[in-house]
Amino acid sequence: MLVRILVLLYLVGAPALAQTLCQPNASNGYRVRISIKTALGNQAYEWNENEMFLFQATMAFAMRRYYKTETYNVDNIIVCNQTRRVSFWFVVISPENPTMLIPKADVEKAVSALTTRLPCRPMSNSMSRHRINNAFLLTDRTLEFLGIHPTLAEPVNPDTPPWLIVFGVVIGAVFAGIIALLVSSLLQKRRKEKGMMEDGQDEEDRQMKGVENGINLDGIYNRGFTDDDRFTKL
Amino acid sequence: MRCLQVSNQDLEERIPSYEELEKLENEEAGDRPKWDNKAQYMLTIVGFCVGLGNVWRFPYLCQSHGGGAFMIPFLILLVLEGVPLLHLEFAIGQRLRKGSVGVWSAIHPYLTGIGIGSMCVSFLVSLYYNTIMAWVMWYFFNSFQETLPWSQCPVNANMTGLVSECERSSPVDYYWYRETLNTTPDIDNTGGLQWWMVLCHVSAWALLFICISRGIETTGKAVYITSTLPYAVLTIFLIRGLTLKGSLNGVKFLFTPDMNELMNPTTWLDAGAQVFYSFSLAFGGLLSFSSYNSVHNNCEQDAVIISIVNGATAVYAATVIYTIIGFRATEKFDDCISGNILTLLNTFDLPEGNVTENNYDQVLHSLNGTYPEVIQGLNLKTCDLNSFLSEGVEGTGLAFIVFTEAITKMPVSPVWSVLFFIMLFCLGLSSMFGNIEGVLVPLQDLGVFPKSWPKEAIAGTTCVLCCLVGLIFVQGSGNYWLSLFDSYGGSIPLLIIAFCEMVGVVYLYGIDRFNDDIEFMIGHKPNLFWQITWRFVSPAIMFVIFVFYFITKVQETPMYKAWNPESENFPTLEEKEYPSWIFAIIFILAGIPGLSVPLTAIYKCLRNRCCKKDNEFKQDDLNTIIYLIHLVILFKRI
Repeated sequence: MLVRILVLLYLVGAPALAQTLCQPNASNGYRVRISIKTALGNQAYEWNENEMFLFQATMAFAMRRYYKTETYNVDNIIVCNQTRRVSFWFVVISPENPTMLIPKADVEKAVSALTTRLPCRPMSNSMSRHRINNAFLLTDRTLEFLGIHPTLAEPVNPDTPPWLIVFGVVIGAVFAGIIALLVSSLLQKRRKEKGMMEDGQDEEDRQMKGVENGINLDGIYNRGFTDDDRFTKL
Repeated sequence: MRCLQVSNQDLEERIPSYEELEKLENEEAGDRPKWDNKAQYMLTIVGFCVGLGNVWRFPYLCQSHGGGAFMIPFLILLVLEGVPLLHLEFAIGQRLRKGSVGVWSAIHPYLTGIGIGSMCVSFLVSLYYNTIMAWVMWYFFNSFQETLPWSQCPVNANMTGLVSECERSSPVDYYWYRETLNTTPDIDNTGGLQWWMVLCHVSAWALLFICISRGIETTGKAVYITSTLPYAVLTIFLIRGLTLKGSLNGVKFLFTPDMNELMNPTTWLDAGAQVFYSFSLAFGGLLSFSSYNSVHNNCEQDAVIISIVNGATAVYAATVIYTIIGFRATEKFDDCISGNILTLLNTFDLPEGNVTENNYDQVLHSLNGTYPEVIQGLNLKTCDLNSFLSEGVEGTGLAFIVFTEAITKMPVSPVWSVLFFIMLFCLGLSSMFGNIEGVLVPLQDLGVFPKSWPKEAIAGTTCVLCCLVGLIFVQGSGNYWLSLFDSYGGSIPLLIIAFCEMVGVVYLYGIDRFNDDIEFMIGHKPNLFWQITWRFVSPAIMFVIFVFYFITKVQETPMYKAWNPESENFPTLEEKEYPSWIFAIIFILAGIPGLSVPLTAIYKCLRNRCCKKDNEFKQDDLNTIIYLIHLVILFKRI
């Protein structure tokens, strides 16, 4: 009898107790704000009890991943104070002891799932958060845990900055162009000189014959000025 | 003093006569380079005239001086000022067939100063213009990444948040001022050379060297790409821009006429200045390029065509730029409103969709009535589309901050970024060809380099020298130096030189002789329009613009805008006064090219006076000697 009453009390009292555990501005609770229309626009789904059930399930999943030994269930995630905005408060109770709330810090860690054992890669730091977001087709901005800041993506540092690669290509092409230009102009010059030298030989011979004291003697000899008159006629 | 007389009787000896020109034309003798075909010439001139100013100065002027109404003063001054000056430079270059120094010393030795002034201005402008090319190349190199580096703030050292300077301003601002320029808070701190900028600077000069190494032989080939590619890219951007949301807001904002602006004299002044600088007049480059033409080339037609092309390109580029700016402003406006709506929803726990852009004002009003203190505490931002549209949209701010931000919001951003910066690079490079031509040819005419040096060596030496001097602009404070050079080196001296050019040709060379020359070259005398504009209208406009510019510049205390993270109004740029030693630099930049005209004239005059007597003496001596030789020969015969 007593056992039956206790069981009855437990069945009735536990949710009531749980409800008293979950309150707005509870010290160990988090407020969640969901903006489905902002994220999905026309393809937005409606937030209803089933979606809430999924949320509780994903939170239990996150807690299970963090506390690898304990098995959390949907009942361990208590939700209250749901508004039309779609925002609500939730608290997590321990599976062994229904009156014990999991501290805020642990819940935060479970959601963000920071693990130091994994090598640093983007996204692995917030694996659980990523999975939670994906379950609802939302992002860190549209599924907000007020008080938990989305962890910053690890900056990807490549060994060579990409701009240096492009710069290397361009400058290589430019210098190749300069060398090609200089080589071609040298070749042109040499070809010109060679051509001129062959012509130059003929030019020189021709010039030697006609030039004396800078005066060109190619003209006609003018008989008007012969030496006949050297001796004056007496 | 004999030299004050404007006597030009030796003019015929200094310039080629019509017969000589015909001979040159027919026999194709002479070692002067020539254009391969008319298309090369036109593309080079179009490339020289159409530059960065068409893309980032004209749209700003248009929008800030009453939109569509600005077209009126722009077109009027284009016709009265731009076309006559252009025709003058083309004709005189084609007739005298020399570079700027050669042309002016042929017209009158005392006018050599005009050529030297042109050379100095071209040199100063080349120095800083290629640094802008270096900046464009830096952005181009960085566009080959999936997420553009200026789309998000970098994370700070402890990984706790974003870098504070970036958070307070914006990712694009931070990328431009910190990661590209690494600006110092004022011009006194040099900040040292920024190695990544030095690399880009060197590559810009190296690329320029390849294109100009053999003069128009290489430039003529390069312009097929550098002059046509910008038009292709602008068209692509136009098509892309028109399909984006909000682009028509931008175009409407640009062209909405405000006729009251026509009463404002600054509008007319800015229009005149824009026409003048846009045509790259008085640099000497246009003279040089047209001197490689055949003698009977129709320069009148060329001048009209080039003016139309330049004006049309300015309007076209403005339209394209403003479609993209309209898109950016609309995005920012939408973000602003959405942010406010979200704040309201979150504060009052209203379901999503209750407050939209359409009923935002009503809801805000009703909420303000019921909960005024809460609303006050929210600090909602005022979202005004017009203020987003008129944000910092000229000069480097347009290209490297506003436009890059717009690109990050477009899908497939790297492609658009690459296209945009290739376009800017081509626009700038084709203008650099003209600038460098205005430096190299006068240097050759003045005989600064030994005659035995090949063209490549001269071009190479000039490029290396300019590259070294240009290292001023890749320091931390380089941006401030660049705007200093731009405001003082590239403005007032050009106006003086252009005025002297007109006066020199019309009154010293002789407008009648000039008319005859043109009749000889193109077959008919220039009509009344040209006569009036050359003789009175254009010089008057130049003079008025010069006087107003000079007075404005002299009256205002020179200030510059500095990026100072410590300042109170950060991220707004801080207005600072230049330190006193800058005035010496300003004097060198603006004074030397401008004063070179009178100074060279005085120098030549003095040299002429003191050497003329010696010349006469020598001539008499020679005559006596020849006479004596004749006597000796005669005696020998007897």
